[in-house]
Amino acid sequence: MTTTPHTLAPVSADLLRQRLASILPAHCLIEETEAQRPYECDALSLYRELPLFIALPETADQAQAVLQCCHELGVPVVPRGAGTGLTAGAMAHPEGVLLGLAKLNRILDIDPVARTARLEPGVTNLAISEAAAEHGLYYAPDPSSQIACTIGGNVAANSGGVHCLKYGLTTHNLLAVEMLTVEGERVTLGGDGLDGPGLDMLAIITGSEGLLGVTVEVTVKLLPRPEIARVLLAGFDSVSAAGDAVGAVIAAGIIPGGLEMMDALALQAAEDFARAGYPRDAQALLLCELDGTEEEVAQHIDEVSAIFTAHGATSLRVSEDEAERSLLWKGRKSAFPAVGRMSPDYYCMDGTIPRHQVSHVLEEISRLSKKYDLRVANVFHAGDGNLHPLIMYDAADPAQVTRAEQFGVDILELSVAVGGAITGEHGVGLEKLNQMHDQYGESELHLFEDIKAAFDPQLTLNPGKGVPILKRCQEYRALPGKHNHGC
Amino acid sequence: MAADTALGLQEAVVEAASDQRPLRITAGGTKTHAVGRDCEGTPLNVGGHTGIIDYQPSELMLQARAGTPVAELAAAVASEGQVLPFEPPRYGGNATLGGTLACNLSGPGRPWLGSIRDATMGVGLINGRGEQLALGGKVMKNVAGYDASRLQAGALGCLGLITDVTLKVVPAPEQTLTLTFEMDAQQALQTMSEKAATPRPLTAACWLDGRLYLRLAGAASAVQATAASWGGETLTAEHPFWADLRDMSLPFFKGAQPLWRQSTRATEPLQAETGCLIDWAGQQRWYRSSDAPAVEAGHVVLFAGGDRNTEVRGELDPVQQRLQLRLKQTFDPQGIFNPGRLYSWM
Ligand SMILES: Cc1cc2nc3c(=O)[nH]c(=O)nc-3n(C[C@H](O)[C@H](O)[C@H](O)COP(=O)(O)OP(=O)(O)OC[C@H]3O[C@@H](n4cnc5c(N)ncnc54)[C@H](O)[C@@H]3O)c2cc1C
Ligand SMILES: Cc1cc2nc3c(=O)[nH]c(=O)nc-3n(C[C@H](O)[C@H](O)[C@H](O)COP(=O)(O)OP(=O)(O)OC[C@H]3O[C@@H](n4cnc5c(N)ncnc54)[C@H](O)[C@@H]3O)c2cc1C
Repeated sequence: MTTTPHTLAPVSADLLRQRLASILPAHCLIEETEAQRPYECDALSLYRELPLFIALPETADQAQAVLQCCHELGVPVVPRGAGTGLTAGAMAHPEGVLLGLAKLNRILDIDPVARTARLEPGVTNLAISEAAAEHGLYYAPDPSSQIACTIGGNVAANSGGVHCLKYGLTTHNLLAVEMLTVEGERVTLGGDGLDGPGLDMLAIITGSEGLLGVTVEVTVKLLPRPEIARVLLAGFDSVSAAGDAVGAVIAAGIIPGGLEMMDALALQAAEDFARAGYPRDAQALLLCELDGTEEEVAQHIDEVSAIFTAHGATSLRVSEDEAERSLLWKGRKSAFPAVGRMSPDYYCMDGTIPRHQVSHVLEEISRLSKKYDLRVANVFHAGDGNLHPLIMYDAADPAQVTRAEQFGVDILELSVAVGGAITGEHGVGLEKLNQMHDQYGESELHLFEDIKAAFDPQLTLNPGKGVPILKRCQEYRALPGKHNHGC
Repeated sequence: MAADTALGLQEAVVEAASDQRPLRITAGGTKTHAVGRDCEGTPLNVGGHTGIIDYQPSELMLQARAGTPVAELAAAVASEGQVLPFEPPRYGGNATLGGTLACNLSGPGRPWLGSIRDATMGVGLINGRGEQLALGGKVMKNVAGYDASRLQAGALGCLGLITDVTLKVVPAPEQTLTLTFEMDAQQALQTMSEKAATPRPLTAACWLDGRLYLRLAGAASAVQATAASWGGETLTAEHPFWADLRDMSLPFFKGAQPLWRQSTRATEPLQAETGCLIDWAGQQRWYRSSDAPAVEAGHVVLFAGGDRNTEVRGELDPVQQRLQLRLKQTFDPQGIFNPGRLYSWM
């Protein structure tokens, strides 16, 4: 939480500086504290740290040379994309190098016939779909941060988005990843086909939070853009009525392209911000997007409208054109900044629960909100049970910070208790290391630790994130000059 | 008949580990002489570990023990108007859930509907130390820890014994209809790619013996409108073509010639017109020939027949081989599970 004093690594920082300067042009190496400031945290600003050096390679070969050099000198390396992560996963190591990959941002190839795109890791998520649009194709996973976040970061986080109920997460939309090992060797995982030789290395790399390797190239699948998409906006007078309506849509055999819920506070904030015409009197709002062929969408709009009405919708509105559709989404997409205007700071949580537990969990969150005396707005991916409670607090008040953190922990424990997970899309990072013990037992945690060691025996790649290090902890700490990595 | 035999399986693994005695995991026994290499070891049968543990149609979630026949699962979800999205082969009703995940074989819908790997949310696994692990979970979105569940897909039981699997299921399509067209392989490859790039409810595309088969499935309105605009001859929903393709019971798959499977991109040139079946809109090619087809892209597996003591999955580059071997050691430090089934060195 606090900035650690800038200490010199045991290997002479001078030697490291010399080596990095021989690999990278001067403008790609940042050493001065002030110039480093923009990199001191990701989007979870509760945790801040400055590295010894920031390396911003412009080619994969430079990134490879940086890794080789750090490996030789035993220096920790933290990979970073756009820094939009929400778990301090890309937070720097004070005795290491922050390896920023955002400059590797070329779209290498789009093959409209094979429906694939080959990308450098720093290409933003949105840029892929923009480039594919001329062929009538797009890249399905669409995190709300898609303007800024990188495909390398998406692979590391196994990012999801509004579309993933129907079209899957990052892991379902990848064909190959070129990765640098911590030793700086280049290896291709996956390939041209839907499966590759031997063990499914792509599965283990996707969502590994930069702990197993550094991604320098990604090949993704592209999908044909649906002929049409329309969105249905429905207000309900209780969260449980809205939750039941969601279950009924799925039971009717319809998988919407997106299905999002906001509670009363979130919808007020979003409406103040976006003026989308949301029903201010509703206690819960559903946004249901149906996509497909003209005929299919028309059929599904009728069916879902009937289901919502039968479940007591207090208002119902269907987008008539693209402009109205994007207006209706605007409120949802800007829900985070909208809540940001209601409070000096907010803490975004990310748990997943079985869908039928929605009203129980939201009731509990409301009880906890009173207990901790902090307001909370709930935005979530209703279709897949991924919650984003936004806990409002004031970072200038240390007591509020402590209460906000404890509130967050309670929500994650609750998610596990009802059969869910401590993170649906943001990852574990530094933030949720302790909650890993809620979701997994000793044997599973040992397995994760061993997987980490299989790829990175010296534990120098993004140390202290993602998995709690149990048995090697003591040995690791005893190594000279190694930073305490949170175990 | 549902039966939980996990404790017995666990004891058997602990015993084998203490004797450092290799185990050969068997289930329905349907793929023992295909998919991977021959392997030696004391048979350990998971076939008796059966039954659905949890099925919640409104959550699109199904959890079942590994020895449960796939046919039984398919029937259970069908009664709720749902399907297993990956269309697993049934192989005469004997194929099991665990064997299906271990082999990661998918039916013709894979490019659109995904594989069992894609549908897997969590697995129970007994590792080489005899510990029972619960990996992943029961919700679709979970990024806590490494995705060790999906890693079991295609591992052929080399990483451990799968005791149960939690899957995502999906609603059954309202209507299914197949169009067929007479054309040669080149023309079919091009047509498949063109059709797959349009936003229409295509869920399978296969070419065999001078005929292209396109399957449409989804909302009835979309299926009918698409069929009307694409033309071709219509096969009824009851026609067994796709089920026979899925179960590899078409005449193409019979015979003594080695069977090769290529997983590749749709634009890959075809190696031969005869003795070839193109599936997955060009992304999976099957060849019957005595020698491996010389391919430009993707990878080739000696799927069935031929010499099953060779590296049936080809060679790996040294870095990848090192990483895969280390992963194997992580799960199975003494190398007791299915030694050599995936690669001679694993
Ligand atoms: C407003 C907002 C909305 C968001 N909405 C969503 C959402 O809807 N869905 C969702 O899933 N996430 C969401 N996020 C979280 C975040 O945007 C994603 O996790 C994103 O994928 C991170 O990408 P990045 O490039 O910013 O990565 P960073 O934040 O820079 O890094 C994230 C992690 O990836 C690692 N990493 C980055 N690049 C590489 C690489 N090339 N090789 C190896 N490791 C690497 C880092 O070490 C770190 O552990 C949101 C964040 C914000 C701020
Ligand atoms: C082309 C082809 C066509 C076939 N056609 C037919 C047919 O028409 N009718 C028929 O009856 N059979 C047929 N078979 C054979 C049949 O597929 C297999 O004998 C059997 O069905 C394989 O499925 P299984 O679940 O029994 O797995 P097994 O064959 O028992 O095992 C497959 C692999 O998975 C591993 N494994 C299995 N369970 C687990 C577990 N729980 N945990 C970890 N690893 C596990 C095994 O070790 C092995 O490596 C065919 C096979 C092929 C290749």
